[in-house]
Amino acid sequence: MSSRLSGNEAVAYAMKQINPDVMGAFPITPSTEIPEYFAQYAANGEVDTEFVTVESEHSSMSVCIAAQAAGARSVCATSSCGLALMYELLYVAASCRLPIALACVNRALSGPININNDHSDSMGARDSGWIQIYAENNQEAYDNFLMAMPIGEHLSVRLPVMTCMDGFITSHAVENIELLETEAVRRFIGEYNPENYLLKKENPLAVGPYDVSPYYMEHKVLEAEAMKAAKTRILEVAADFEKISGRRYGLFEEYRMEDAELALVLIGSSAGTAKAAVDKLREAGVKAGLVKIRVFRPFPGEELARALAGTRAVAVMDKSEGFSASGGPLFAETRSALYDLQERPYMINIVYGLGGRDVKTEDIEKVFARLAAIAATGEVGPLYTHMGQRSREEIA
Amino acid sequence: MSFITGRKFINQEALPHMWCQGCGNGTVLSALARTFEQLKYTNEDTVVVTGIGCWGKADDYLTTNALHVTHGRALPFATGIKAAKPELHVVALMGDGDGTTIGGNHFIHSARRNIDITAIIVNNLNYGMTGGQFSATTPHDAITATTAFGNPERPFDVCALAEAAGANYVARTTIYNGRLLRSSIKDALTKKGFSLVEVISPCPTQFGRRNKINPAVEMLRSLRDKAVTKDVFDKLSAEEKDNHILIGSLVNKDAADFNTRYEEIRSKALQK
Ligand SMILES: Cc1ncc(C[n+]2csc(CCOP(=O)(O)OP(=O)(O)O)c2C)c(N)n1
Ligand code: SF4
Repeated sequence: MSSRLSGNEAVAYAMKQINPDVMGAFPITPSTEIPEYFAQYAANGEVDTEFVTVESEHSSMSVCIAAQAAGARSVCATSSCGLALMYELLYVAASCRLPIALACVNRALSGPININNDHSDSMGARDSGWIQIYAENNQEAYDNFLMAMPIGEHLSVRLPVMTCMDGFITSHAVENIELLETEAVRRFIGEYNPENYLLKKENPLAVGPYDVSPYYMEHKVLEAEAMKAAKTRILEVAADFEKISGRRYGLFEEYRMEDAELALVLIGSSAGTAKAAVDKLREAGVKAGLVKIRVFRPFPGEELARALAGTRAVAVMDKSEGFSASGGPLFAETRSALYDLQERPYMINIVYGLGGRDVKTEDIEKVFARLAAIAATGEVGPLYTHMGQRSREEIA
Repeated sequence: MSFITGRKFINQEALPHMWCQGCGNGTVLSALARTFEQLKYTNEDTVVVTGIGCWGKADDYLTTNALHVTHGRALPFATGIKAAKPELHVVALMGDGDGTTIGGNHFIHSARRNIDITAIIVNNLNYGMTGGQFSATTPHDAITATTAFGNPERPFDVCALAEAAGANYVARTTIYNGRLLRSSIKDALTKKGFSLVEVISPCPTQFGRRNKINPAVEMLRSLRDKAVTKDVFDKLSAEEKDNHILIGSLVNKDAADFNTRYEEIRSKALQK
């Protein structure tokens, strides 16, 4: 079924097709439209969901946690400061092994206050125990949300899933999109039948009590094992999804990587821009390629190392600073993943697009020009730079 | 004869402001700037703290020191300023969402602590900035972006909340009642201890549109007709009360404020 939807409406529509039991809702730009569309579906009787409007994101996530613990499917949407206000509860959701699905519409996290896109909000939550899946465009935002439940709810995983899309760029731009039939969606996601839940007569349960030191670590290890297991599950779900949609997904997307010598690694909507630049460079005979990370948690380290093994120079582009003083979070992960390769490509980090700073195909071409020079001379130059600053001389 | 215009407290370079036509925020800002001038406040001795929201943008248009903080948290920031520098005039500007919904907890605790801050809550009955969702002050049954067929919840009586929590000064007014607005802000600023002015204000773009109170002057007329002082209000039936707005000074007392009590304890502790 072809349609034209904004990213927010596409995700709201996915939620409608899923027909979850509970939605915890609180508005924040640019994700506000998701609960607004959903409020309309709920008011029209198009879903059976308990639509719970609360007084803050701390409460919307609390609602989801409690509902999920009671055996209900719950969904939520937020951005930026809203995600930050949920922080304490993100850890609770993950450690209680509650497969909530949260749509994060990426927006810069204050301060200074800014409503535009970068990945600082979800990157801040990268170690909270949530699976994180990022979309390049509206279609992927829709598809990823549909896959969230079969991934998170599986017995081998039982972790919450955050599906991310770029604020405004993806959330508000209207694009052509292929929607599945609601029947097909319902069959795909199935029923949620957790083994244990609150108020189950045969097996009364306490969720979230104090965990003493002799047991705490074991529970954390189980959580870590679940995150490892999620990788396999994500691929299984992608294979099933391909059967009903014809669309294929992996842990990341390799674009013209077969014989690539120079490569970018990045996340989200900038991949569209970067693909155009890669095509242009390929026409000019440059062996350029791109890896677009889709799944950031669990991080596909070994797979990424294999994908980049044949390259000579790689630029990792981070859309969040991270303030580690040695590069952004995607850079840290990617560089670490490549450590075990016999022969490693040269690698640089470019932080870009903070707070909605635009990135154009020419900017990407500049990055490739730098990679070409590095490959030719072996001189890496500055390891970690910031692209597109108006007050500084440009080093891509 | 010279008039009090408040002009020197308004950042002319930032104008025109971002508020919609018919929005009440400009009226409150103007009353605040005039009162600063009347009380001979200076940019150096006045700090305005705002949260996030349409009213939360007010600091953009003021020349005083300003701290623009996160949504719902103006009062704890203001508390920090007042605790560190008791000599400053500290004013917190908040919407109903900011001050009583996401930040409701801070509101009751600031009043309980009776810290010498002036809180001005512009209550437009919904979240203006994010597109008109319901807040803790949206009337029962009202239509908002998140209550398409009417609000099932009951609103807070913001003034009663402040009173119960222990504020020294509480007043309610509307933007129609300009004189009361000015005098309430003045009384609140000069009162030691926690003071609250709740200003009922129109948001024609979000609330008016959805609840069919159009155009903006209709909202003003409705404020004019509904706002009554205590003597009139007390004689109304319970049902009529629901449809009216009680205005005027509602609490005016002089319990010791937080800084005074803190100093007492400090000097006792030092004597030991
Ligand atoms: C933690 C957090 N959640 C949500 C938001 C989004 N947000 C911005 S303003 C606002 C509500 C504003 O309403 P109100 O305080 O009543 O002020 P008004 O715009 O009506 O003046 C919300 C929910 C935010 N900035 N931070
Ligand atoms: S949306 Fe409402 S509160 Fe915001 S500026 Fe417009 S009228 Fe005022």
